[in-house]
Amino acid sequence: MTATIEIRDVVKRFGKVEAVRRVSFVLAEGETVALVGHNGAGKSTLMKLMLGLIRPTAGSVWVLGEDPAAGEFAARRRLGYLPENVAFNAALTGRETLAFYARLKREGRTAVAPLLDRVGLGPAADRRVGTYSKGMRQRLGLAQALLGEPRILLLDEPTTGLDPALRQVFYEIVEELRGRGTTVLLSSHALTELEERAGRVVIMNRGVMAADGTLDALRRIARLPTRIRLTAETGVHDLADRLWTDCPCRRVDGRVVEIEAAPGRKMDILRGVMAAGTAVEDIEVVPPTLDQLYAHFLRSQGTAP
Amino acid sequence: MSNVLTVARKEVQEGLRNCWVLATTLLLAALALTLAFLGSAPTGNVGVRALDVVVVSLSSLTIFLLPLIALLISHDAIVGEMERGTMLLLLSYPVGRRQVLLGKFLGHLAILGFATLVGYGAAAVALALSGTPVEAGSWTAFASMIGSSILLGASFVAIGYLLSALARERGTAAGTAVGIWLVFVLIYDMALLGVLAVDQGQTLAGGLLDALLLLNPTDAYRLFNLGGTGDVGAFSGMSGLTRTAALSPPALLAALAAWTLLPLGLAALVFDRREL
Repeated sequence: MTATIEIRDVVKRFGKVEAVRRVSFVLAEGETVALVGHNGAGKSTLMKLMLGLIRPTAGSVWVLGEDPAAGEFAARRRLGYLPENVAFNAALTGRETLAFYARLKREGRTAVAPLLDRVGLGPAADRRVGTYSKGMRQRLGLAQALLGEPRILLLDEPTTGLDPALRQVFYEIVEELRGRGTTVLLSSHALTELEERAGRVVIMNRGVMAADGTLDALRRIARLPTRIRLTAETGVHDLADRLWTDCPCRRVDGRVVEIEAAPGRKMDILRGVMAAGTAVEDIEVVPPTLDQLYAHFLRSQGTAP
Repeated sequence: MSNVLTVARKEVQEGLRNCWVLATTLLLAALALTLAFLGSAPTGNVGVRALDVVVVSLSSLTIFLLPLIALLISHDAIVGEMERGTMLLLLSYPVGRRQVLLGKFLGHLAILGFATLVGYGAAAVALALSGTPVEAGSWTAFASMIGSSILLGASFVAIGYLLSALARERGTAAGTAVGIWLVFVLIYDMALLGVLAVDQGQTLAGGLLDALLLLNPTDAYRLFNLGGTGDVGAFSGMSGLTRTAALSPPALLAALAAWTLLPLGLAALVFDRREL
């Protein structure tokens, strides 16, 4: 796969604040990557570095084979960006705004109307942007990012504050672009926002890269326990104490017990429950959630391979 | 170049939409028309040199008004767009910062130029239509007043950009703009006058005085129009001031041009270094 973005040992300091500390990763064509971290973790700074809006204090950034801060604009023509809290001039209409950005990307006027329809702004195209709701502004923001068949899409917290319907449209568009080989980098402050859409996750914590890998790989590394919740009329506690002395158990109430099964122990425990023959009425298996996974990496601060 | 024109076109579009163009044009036209007809009162019905009187009164008014309008349009151009977040998106496009600045400048200049030309032109047309005979020399003086007014506006647009590029917040830019306006339009001349009165021409004379007059774009504009050729100079009572070579019309225009290009260049340098 061809690399589209290369970040190597990048450090960015704003005065005394180190916003990004020695971060390195490579993004390839056709990848959808989630950049996850709290506010101030360095997500937006990384995106601005990729856009060439700011220069790294140390290290190097390459986007489509170019240094984005060098003042050459060939790469930017093939790059779409949706900033966090996207803003437009309130006086112009949606169509005029998009036409302006299309001209800057050397796109014909013909590209404007289909894009507005695609994000569902067709009927509101000739209203002033000042009258738009937040969701509509976000739609317009997405439309401008899609101008010019981008090979790279940088989307800074794109789904925060979006209604579920638009979120769906949004992920459909991202999926379609990915199919055509576009690199999509989505940032978010929580893993759950992304609904497992991203193939790969980069977790940032206070400027440092805490993890980089697919969700499955991260789950394997984190070794978070799966919770198994058993409900039975009687004897459920005895069962848990007798069979799985090595797993932490928690009594929820008289009838329910929760076992934290380490990875690899889950089937073992389930088989044990079946074999014991006790009147277990219900079994609930809860795999570690994305939030737990995220919290784990923020705590451990270890870098995954 | 195409990027510059695209940005300029958007500025004009915005100016038309939020009524800046309309408001400025109407304001200038109203003032010019008022002065054209009130201003001809002192000369009575003879009114041979009605347009010359208009040039004198209108250029005195321009000194106060155009810098103010220019600063109002321009002080927000960079810091305002940064605060609203529109600059971040714009600069992520394949467009250079200098192209953005130059585009804005051309757009704002077009707005200001249109308002001045139409607003002041309306007064001249009204005078001509009312049957007042106007000499060819007066037309020239009037035309060069409109041209230099636009140049004066351009220099204050450029000064506004410099403030806007330097300011951290919109409020700071607005406050500084008011200060700059006060200094150039009122305080500078008063201070110069005070110093002249105290000095009694001992040290402050000749070349130094000329230089001090060129160091203020509004003074350069005033001398260019009021000290001008023929009757205008006689009406304004400033004909005696402009006989030196340093303050010849080309030199005064050059000073105004420098007052445009220098702040614009500095604004570009500051804007280039600014991090978003």
